[in-house]
Amino acid sequence: MSQKISLQIQRGDQAENEMVDYTVDRAPGMVVLDAIHAVQAQDAPDMAVRWNCKAGKCGSCGGEVNGIPKLMCMDRVDNYPEDEPISIRPMKSFPLIRDLVCDVSWNYEVNKKIPAFKMDLPEGEEPRFTQADADRVQEFRKCIECFLCQDVCHVIRDHDKKEEFAGPRFFVRTAGLEMHPLDVEDRIPLLKDELGLGYCNITKCCTEVCPENISITDNAIIPLKERVVDQFYDPLKKLVQILLPSKKS
Amino acid sequence: MDKYQTFEYDVIIIGAGGAGLRAAIEASTQGARTALVCKSLLGKAHTVMAEGGVAAALANVDGRDDWKVHFRDTMKGGKYLNQWRMAQLHAQEAPERVRELESWGAILDRTRDGRIMQRNFGGHTYPRLAHVGDRTGLEMIRTLQDRGVHQGIDVHMECTIRWLLTDNGQIAGCFGYQRESGRFVVFRAKSIVMATGGIGRCWSVTSNSWEYTADGHAMALWAGAELIDNEFVQFHPTGMVWPPSVRGTLITEGVRGEGGVLLNSEDQRFMFDNIPEMFQGEYAETQEEATRWVDAVVADKIPDARRPPELLTRDVVARAIRREVRAGRGSPHGGVFLDIASRRSAEAIKKKLPSMYHQFKELADVDITTDRMEVGPTCHYTMGGIRVDPDTQETIIGGLFAAGEVAGGMHGSNRLGGNSLSDLLVFGKRAGQYAAEHAESQDSYNEINPDEVSRVATELLHPFESTDGENPYSVHEDLRELMQENVGIVRTDEDLREALEGIKQLRVRAANVKVGGNIQFNPGWHLALDLKNMLDISEVVTRAALQRTESRGAHTREDYPDTDPEWGKFNLVARQSENDVDIVKIPLELPPPELAVLLEDDD
Repeated sequence: MSQKISLQIQRGDQAENEMVDYTVDRAPGMVVLDAIHAVQAQDAPDMAVRWNCKAGKCGSCGGEVNGIPKLMCMDRVDNYPEDEPISIRPMKSFPLIRDLVCDVSWNYEVNKKIPAFKMDLPEGEEPRFTQADADRVQEFRKCIECFLCQDVCHVIRDHDKKEEFAGPRFFVRTAGLEMHPLDVEDRIPLLKDELGLGYCNITKCCTEVCPENISITDNAIIPLKERVVDQFYDPLKKLVQILLPSKKS
Repeated sequence: MDKYQTFEYDVIIIGAGGAGLRAAIEASTQGARTALVCKSLLGKAHTVMAEGGVAAALANVDGRDDWKVHFRDTMKGGKYLNQWRMAQLHAQEAPERVRELESWGAILDRTRDGRIMQRNFGGHTYPRLAHVGDRTGLEMIRTLQDRGVHQGIDVHMECTIRWLLTDNGQIAGCFGYQRESGRFVVFRAKSIVMATGGIGRCWSVTSNSWEYTADGHAMALWAGAELIDNEFVQFHPTGMVWPPSVRGTLITEGVRGEGGVLLNSEDQRFMFDNIPEMFQGEYAETQEEATRWVDAVVADKIPDARRPPELLTRDVVARAIRREVRAGRGSPHGGVFLDIASRRSAEAIKKKLPSMYHQFKELADVDITTDRMEVGPTCHYTMGGIRVDPDTQETIIGGLFAAGEVAGGMHGSNRLGGNSLSDLLVFGKRAGQYAAEHAESQDSYNEINPDEVSRVATELLHPFESTDGENPYSVHEDLRELMQENVGIVRTDEDLREALEGIKQLRVRAANVKVGGNIQFNPGWHLALDLKNMLDISEVVTRAALQRTESRGAHTREDYPDTDPEWGKFNLVARQSENDVDIVKIPLELPPPELAVLLEDDD
């Protein structure tokens, strides 16, 4: 095993940036984020990178390693060939701030559009539901908001539809609310119109990069698309809804 | 001062973990104009790393539980040095706070009859921790975050507060910098809630994230507030020990709650030989009894056996592990073994401990459904913190409040697992409520002294002036090593004095670090500034540890191995004096008779 690791890390801001070579010592079990910390400690104390828990739980340290969106604290250096430098870039779909840090504030704005959880139980009644009901929603609530799915999604990455499209993260979030056993809010019209669910053509890139292994496309997006179809494009149901309005379909 | 961006709020919450979010929700619900200021992005705070659960005597799994038992467990776990009133309020209000989270959309694991499931944890008499597998903290923070989004709370993300501004002993505002742009920012406020978390980055083996640089502790001290119980720093018994990349990363106590056992290199369950006198008779004494307990718990039955000694309090288990390793009975990389594979099915492990499974598989090449984990103590939590009024969470500075880990007194000398998530809900709410009330009672903002702001601004830019100093990372590494070696689980007079000497030398180096680059998102600069917080609070911890010449809870003195009843009558409090910090003994407040009676059997 080579004792050194070669890295190429993107440095600089939006106006001016370049790939810079660094070399650090290899240690057993090292992850990409360790290598970046080693660079900070020995060569570049000012290198900007976001990280927090370093245990795959907070989703702060997303970046693109050899071109693939990754959570850098869970990405082992020994997954990569020893004889080539590892390239590390910030997530491409968001405006660059500096080095490996980009401006992800758009995501927080999108989140505000989604109506909060709403429960409609009589005062004092204890909510009861089964673990099976919980399991279905818990898959979506595992999301650590690393925004790698947003980064890889071509609707955002290549077409920059940030105004009209919420992105996989927020379909997962909405699915977690819509399938919540106690929630009574209806977010289906919102999904169809403001959140732009229709733009997704289920290429599953988001599912592939999810570090939490959430089946974003199969378990969140497709069932939501079905609900949109049921509510808006099913002629028979439409008729029933007009005649017998209900709070939630 | 006019040159700095300035904001005005009724209530400012510093820190957006569980305590900060809960406080912000409460303050804004009360009608206060509220801002949340946090160092990271929203939702990334340390609370996301909390795994095992939130302790609340819901009595869903064992009907014998109630707040009185929770109160007793908490006081006993803290070796009775806790502020009794905080422990009481905490035990009484935690169930309501958990149910409230559920009504805000949190999805907690369920019992067979569809209620909130509760698991066993160290020091809790009954299964008490509401949880979501091993990612309870994420569920909590996301629930609070999504609740807060619609409340009109202003969130200033990636903004570090560096200094509290006061006016004649009353809060006037705070001053800091935007991490992204490096620009300074002034906040005027009628009330400020400190919710900045802990101090774990002062130690080299820690489960804490980079944010835990003692900011809140230091700022409160500098502003004239008091810090209590600083000598008590919790080392969680089970951190990862191998590979080096993940040394210190937390392994939830839930592994033991789900039946996991600790073994030394001779395959002995050494915890059976480590049951302290005060817990004698409460824990299983044979392997057969311990297994019977696990079997009953797994089958959802009320056990007729006592719980395994692996579920003793964290201070006890951490010391026992250290002893095994020192005696040469450790694992290959200097820990001991934690085995869940031979106790539970692979399916159950993946269901109840999914992130542990994932973490070991990805980072350590260990499959915990078939193999043992290697574990050792890791610096996890500080019981010490800002001294507050138990009911209102207000400090001796008018309008300054504190909640969560940065507040002290609730946990005494040792915190029980699961009691921090409940602590931050109960006291986050209280702090938010009383901060809003205080703001309401103020007609106008207190005066900010522009000279003070200019002086701090100049200090903050100082690291850019050094041209030949060393990298701040190396000073930080040396501080962490020093604290790990000398102010760890077991302490001596000699080691502590050596630490004080070391801190003195590190101060000289820290004053001269060189950061390079510019003020835009510059982690080297941020760390250079944080060194001062960490050095000051490391010194407070060390001096308090030196002064407490007994062993109690998380504070173990090799040269004073016994618990001294005389010391049980005092807390140590740190206060800023003219040019120094004084550590003074203050008498412990005793619980009233109706609560004292709950603790009687234990003496």
